[in-house]
Amino acid sequence: MGIAAILFWILSVLTIFSAIMVVVSKNPVHSVLWLIATFFAISGHYIMMNAQFLAIVNIIVYAGAIMVLFLFVIMLMNLNSNTEPRKNIWAKLIGVISAGMLLWILISVVRTFSDQIKGHPQIATFNTGNIGLIKNLGQVLFTQYALPFEITSVLFLSAMIGAVVIGKKN
Amino acid sequence: MPIQYYIALAVTLFSIGVVGVLIRRNAIIVFMCIELMLNAANLLLVAFSKTHTAVAGNPLAGIDGQIFVFFIMVVAAAEVSVGLAIIVMMYRNTHSTDINFLNRLKN
Repeated sequence: MGIAAILFWILSVLTIFSAIMVVVSKNPVHSVLWLIATFFAISGHYIMMNAQFLAIVNIIVYAGAIMVLFLFVIMLMNLNSNTEPRKNIWAKLIGVISAGMLLWILISVVRTFSDQIKGHPQIATFNTGNIGLIKNLGQVLFTQYALPFEITSVLFLSAMIGAVVIGKKN
Repeated sequence: MPIQYYIALAVTLFSIGVVGVLIRRNAIIVFMCIELMLNAANLLLVAFSKTHTAVAGNPLAGIDGQIFVFFIMVVAAAEVSVGLAIIVMMYRNTHSTDINFLNRLKN
């Protein structure tokens, strides 16, 4: 087992464990902190796949900006485990069972087609491919995808104005 | 690592997000589980883009997948800002973030 495989398993276990802790934590602040850990592990996966730009953007945008927004809103509302709404145990059980069946179906699909995609190259290898570098991504983003990039700014402007209008006291 | 492992990881992450949406009643946690599902999709897109590069041989093949991940992050950020504003407004009216209060949009 090479270093890439060991790192993959460590990061995968970290990702899955943190994601489960996001769901089962009673305190919403703990959920946010575990979600930040999940995002860092996913960024590690991106670095393993030589998508360096996306790894950094994932840390800055998700773990930095969005999670601070979540934390700020939770602290604004003074939520903690005492104010956590209780849910029926049967509803929880049914939710877990249905999501488990979804997982079972998707895993079965992957296993069914697994022998057809066998023999393809290993993708988590270091220093292979350079499409994840910001130089190449930026070149494509500002030539081929220039119009969607500009539309993105309009989307952000409308989201910002919408948030202000919604949050305004009437 | 072969692509199957990344598919399995992303599928597991997505299912954990589905579990969270189904069993939690706190609206903020439901939002965070939607973020988990978006990140599972992002991970799968990056893995497939990497595989595409390795199979096609062209050093710039599969760059579209990573651009899509960038756009998904942009849309998620916009969605979070509007959604949290809605949750704050709802909390101001009902003093709770229980999504069962949201089964009526009137009042």
